[in-house]
Amino acid sequence: MWSLIQIELYKIFRRPRTYIAFGAIAALIVVIQLGLKIDGDAYAGFLMKDINDTLTVDGKVLNGYLICYILLQLLLVHVPLLVALIAADMISGEANLGTLRLLFTTPYSRTHWVLAKFIAASIYTILLLIWLAFLALFVSMWIFGTDDLFLMKSNYVVLMEQSDVLWRYVGAFVFASFSLLTVTSLGFLMSSMSNNSIGPIVGTMSAIVFFTILSTLNIPLFNMVKPYLFTTHMNNWKEFFDIKVNLNNEAIRGSILNIPKIKTSLWVLTMHIILFVTASVIIIKKKDILS
Amino acid sequence: MQLKKYKQILVHCTVWICTVLFSLNAMAQTDPLIEKVSQKLGQVNDYIAEGVMKTDVSFIKASLGKVKVYFKKPNLLKVKKDGGISLLPRGGVSLTINTLLNTKQYTTIPAGTQLLNGKKLSVIKLIPTDDNLDWVISTLWIDPQEALVYKTATTTKENGSYEITMEYGEYANQGLASKIIFSFNTKDYKLPNGITLEFGDEDPASKQKSLKNKKGTIEITYSKYTINKGVPTSFFK
Repeated sequence: MWSLIQIELYKIFRRPRTYIAFGAIAALIVVIQLGLKIDGDAYAGFLMKDINDTLTVDGKVLNGYLICYILLQLLLVHVPLLVALIAADMISGEANLGTLRLLFTTPYSRTHWVLAKFIAASIYTILLLIWLAFLALFVSMWIFGTDDLFLMKSNYVVLMEQSDVLWRYVGAFVFASFSLLTVTSLGFLMSSMSNNSIGPIVGTMSAIVFFTILSTLNIPLFNMVKPYLFTTHMNNWKEFFDIKVNLNNEAIRGSILNIPKIKTSLWVLTMHIILFVTASVIIIKKKDILS
Repeated sequence: MQLKKYKQILVHCTVWICTVLFSLNAMAQTDPLIEKVSQKLGQVNDYIAEGVMKTDVSFIKASLGKVKVYFKKPNLLKVKKDGGISLLPRGGVSLTINTLLNTKQYTTIPAGTQLLNGKKLSVIKLIPTDDNLDWVISTLWIDPQEALVYKTATTTKENGSYEITMEYGEYANQGLASKIIFSFNTKDYKLPNGITLEFGDEDPASKQKSLKNKKGTIEITYSKYTINKGVPTSFFK
């Protein structure tokens, strides 16, 4: 199995297309970091307009931790589209080239090949996420320094001690890996149903955009289906950055406000991954390879 | 006859004017209790106090933080959190009893006595005589025996009203509190979802309502004062 995964990884990383996502993420992060480095105080002033009416905030608000949070908010919505570029091409690309027939004539079963391809696509996804984490978190920490995380949400502000922040990012990135693997598995499913690359890539992107819009609209009709959509749960990495308070309104260090919400989201995402991959295996096993 | 009547009127007017001027002069003098409090506070030229700060504002979730408070006569004051971001009421923290009384630019008006936490306290109002000062009026609740201020309520020109409640302990002889609670009015806080990218999150109207128009408090409990060991003025810039 490992040799199959190695073959698939070799195929992925030989294609120039693979590096588009790494380049795009690097470019976006560098541009945002540069902008915030030059004009970050004005941005922070705008965010803190309401707070500054009442309170004086003393300290380095625009530090590496906050920059990383801003970057993740912006990028984790779009990274799935980059993941789709590779994942949705894994089977259909080979079908298009006519090499799928050759693969399935080897002593390995179709299930083995499909799983090897999925694991290789997952490794690519995880590497992309590690690249994102390195640039967004560690490079931001290096450029902007560290301090407490002063997080401005829509209705309230969370002030977390800097020693209480790093583990939350670890949790958030682990959570984000589940979100992106769901997209990988969706792309994979689309790929198993097609004989050309463009259809599954566009199909996966369209599905993500469509379901994301449904998840963000606060319309009662859609609220019924929202809990079952993977896009509703993909953004719940933010829950790692909300903290419990005691009866005296003191934040409890090391706490997470809504652990059940994170657990539910992880469960829903895992079920989607299993469902999509299983469906892919079944489709490929029954598929007539005509190309 | 008419000249005598004019003389009488003149004498009456002179006496009345003298009385008014004397009364005004008496009013402009500082209340002896305030003098007593000032003398007590006057022993302290500067201090560095270590303590724990608690922020209780409806729209802020913050944990307890260690702080250092720096003071230098007449009215320099700075609160600094030990590594990290600190939140302080806008303009309110600098209006402590030391900074209010050390300016010496005020007129006092006695306003009777009041019972506060079982203590019978004299109430004295301060009105600034210098137009450039930040505050408009301040009311002090003072224990006449101990010459300690237990509560102040100050209205400022630009930053609203503040109440400061004090508790005393080990450093009561120097008029330094062991615990200070700043109370202030908070304004509404709201950031558009488009900025925070929190689309689709639950936002119950009732929860929103409960966060509005509440009083905020910042509580500093002091554990140690270092008094009259010198604090450079440059530190407050």
